[in-house]
Amino acid sequence: MASEQPRKAVLQASESEGATAGGAHVGEGHGSAPRGMLRWLLTTNHKDIGTLYLIFSLSMLFIGGIMALVIRTELFQPGLQMVQPEFFNQMTTMHGLIMVFGAIMPAFTGLANWMIPLQIGAPDMALPRLNNFSFWLLPVAFLLLLSTLLMEGGGPNFGWTFYAPLSTTYAPPSTSFFIFSLHIAGISSILGAINIIATILNLRAPGMRLMDMPLFVWTWLITAFLLIAVMPVLAGAITMMLFDINFGTSYFNAAGGGDPVLFQHLFWFFGHPEVYIMILPAFGIVSAIVPTFSRKRLFGYASMVYATGSIAIMSFLVWAHHMFAVGLPLVAELFFMYTTMLIAVPTGVKVFNWIATMFRGSISFEPPMLFAIAFIVQFTIGGFSGLMLAIAPADFQYHDTYFVVAHFHYVLVPGALFAILAGAYYWLPKWTGFYPHEGLSKWHFWLSVIGVNLTFFPMHFSGLAGMPRRIPDYALQFADFNMLSSIGAFLFGISQLLFLVVIVKCARGGVRAPACAWEGAVDLEWSVPSPAPLHTFEIPPQTRDGQIIR
Amino acid sequence: MSSGSYYVPAHSAWPIFGVLAVGGMMIGTGIWMVHGSAAWLSGIGLLAVVLVMAGWFRDVVRESMGGLYDDQMDRSFRWGMAWFIFSELMFFAAFFGALFYLRTFALPWLDGEGAKGVTALLWPDFTASWPLMTPPDASIAGPRELLSPWQLPLANTLLLVSSSVTLTVAHEALKMEFRRTARNWLAGTVVLGLCFLTLQGIEYYEAWHHLGLTLQAGVYGGTFFLLTGFHGLHVTIGTLILIVMLVRVIRGHFSSERHFAFEAAAWYWHFVDAVWIGLFLFVYVF
Repeated sequence: MASEQPRKAVLQASESEGATAGGAHVGEGHGSAPRGMLRWLLTTNHKDIGTLYLIFSLSMLFIGGIMALVIRTELFQPGLQMVQPEFFNQMTTMHGLIMVFGAIMPAFTGLANWMIPLQIGAPDMALPRLNNFSFWLLPVAFLLLLSTLLMEGGGPNFGWTFYAPLSTTYAPPSTSFFIFSLHIAGISSILGAINIIATILNLRAPGMRLMDMPLFVWTWLITAFLLIAVMPVLAGAITMMLFDINFGTSYFNAAGGGDPVLFQHLFWFFGHPEVYIMILPAFGIVSAIVPTFSRKRLFGYASMVYATGSIAIMSFLVWAHHMFAVGLPLVAELFFMYTTMLIAVPTGVKVFNWIATMFRGSISFEPPMLFAIAFIVQFTIGGFSGLMLAIAPADFQYHDTYFVVAHFHYVLVPGALFAILAGAYYWLPKWTGFYPHEGLSKWHFWLSVIGVNLTFFPMHFSGLAGMPRRIPDYALQFADFNMLSSIGAFLFGISQLLFLVVIVKCARGGVRAPACAWEGAVDLEWSVPSPAPLHTFEIPPQTRDGQIIR
Repeated sequence: MSSGSYYVPAHSAWPIFGVLAVGGMMIGTGIWMVHGSAAWLSGIGLLAVVLVMAGWFRDVVRESMGGLYDDQMDRSFRWGMAWFIFSELMFFAAFFGALFYLRTFALPWLDGEGAKGVTALLWPDFTASWPLMTPPDASIAGPRELLSPWQLPLANTLLLVSSSVTLTVAHEALKMEFRRTARNWLAGTVVLGLCFLTLQGIEYYEAWHHLGLTLQAGVYGGTFFLLTGFHGLHVTIGTLILIVMLVRVIRGHFSSERHFAFEAAAWYWHFVDAVWIGLFLFVYVF
């Protein structure tokens, strides 16, 4: 009896399916989208969600930046002036966590939301409601994380790498909240990455093969794979922490047969691919900007794709180079030293390809190109200091010094962050319909370059001279370098306010941008009007070799 | 690549409710763990998560039954589910990785083996063994006795493996439009899942109260309960999904061609089954 009636329902379903299968059909609520706050809370539109991600990321950049300035104020002179060591530790920890999980990662996800559907000729992301869910988890996660600063015993104070037993046995009570906030942010990342992969694999315009995709799409496809592979490992590691803290398990407690070093292995198995999660999309952005402003095709497109893939695969084989000084067996030291050095090969392929793209190009130096060129030069500096750190015997000298701080800030600030800024300047005309103010943008660029190098370059020297990281006070001989770093940090921090001014001005008006805002830009996003209307590519365009043929 | 037709769903309030539910559950659980109060917030959050998922999926089912979805949407769901399962696989990989690391490296080093034998100075009397019955420090009591893998765990293995078989039979029957057969075999699968969970409950009770095998019983207790516990949680979720599928089969939601929800549930169930094989081998037998 149960099987008769149902069949009808199925038939009805398949009939109405046939009736609508021909054209693009949009859900019923799309014509009358809610306004005001509700629009943003309920939105399933990839451009709205992209904007939300970018605004969230910018606010986190400023919050994390203020924490960095607290750190630099304390370090302006030797001795304890401004803050207590306990609070200093909370600042270094929160600065790292907020910049990594709150600023850089959401910025790239925001750019992916905005640009990937436009670059592959899709109407939206593959799973738009999931997209809304992924975004709104983030404010919850970071409100929870920030609220730990107000709790009894203070917020996380064990460094952004939260090594056990500092983060278990000796941690403040708020650590469980920190764990849950990371869980929420992790769910957000995983679901966002699933959405991006489904979009790229399934929603490309007819005729667009994988090897026709812009490199930003390619790098994000591979980044999303990395996210899905390693965020769950982080979730597992912090779950073990949670149980060690609250339920008396012994994962990271040697007294019960566990091992604190196990935590480091788990953390860095996540942490090293995480480093590439924060840089591969940057490679994609630079690979879009350099050809545009050189008015040439990208040199070595296929080798760029393969290099990105190799970097991603190798990122799973290098994690213990963060742990050379922890007491690994010799064979492990050697293995991780060689694999780490090997990564320089695909990375070098990329840098040489960008330079070869510029070679004999007709280059112009608009703000996106300035940031992209600065990225190439300064990221390479960070890459080379990474090679120095990869030499296991030498790492015993550099380990946990300001040399490490200089290294990863060079790849993350003038590296990842500059690429994000380059991308923002590149795509702002598409988002707002107006060019960003050229004069102010260039001021922003030059002040940022000077500020960032003044901040981080002296850290190489203080580090090589032996200044340890995560210390609120230091020996007198490091005073000059630290003073320079602090001055540079304030210059860099304040000049980011210029960026805010540029964005607000650009949203309100300025020089109108045509559909193709930059001479030499060829990707699909430049075929839709500027500003991009709320709905684009509702009928898929026919493409060949990545270009619309109709 | 795109086929020439798109479905873009309407805006929905479920995601934002979902965010509130997840946030409430996590924050409530945090307060509960840290301050020992507000367990109710955790409970309400969990209930809200379940309700939001029910509501969200109900809308998706209605849209699907209304014929709004095309092949492309179907493929998006397939990619989504496949990568979700991959993320679950990596979650379990973290716990298996920890288990292998502890057994292979950490414990022998604590016993003085290898280049890192200096750690043996901490507890000179410690002898490494697996399963670890005597943890290094006297303040932590190990388990008194262990479960034999050839009793309840073996029964559970047989239950889960046969449940994968019955589920496959149900799927094949659905593909051939034998809906009554599909319903019966799917119901059998649900029963096998419930039996598994019952036996695991008995096993946990036995371990905790009679054998001294608890979360606090050194590193073996922790690895045992977290690995089997997260697996059990997944069996619970999988059983709930299968029950929903059973209701949908009975209501005739699925045709022989279009039944991705059923397939996704089956993928999930087989995945949970495969994880159990790993558990049986490396937690119980070896």
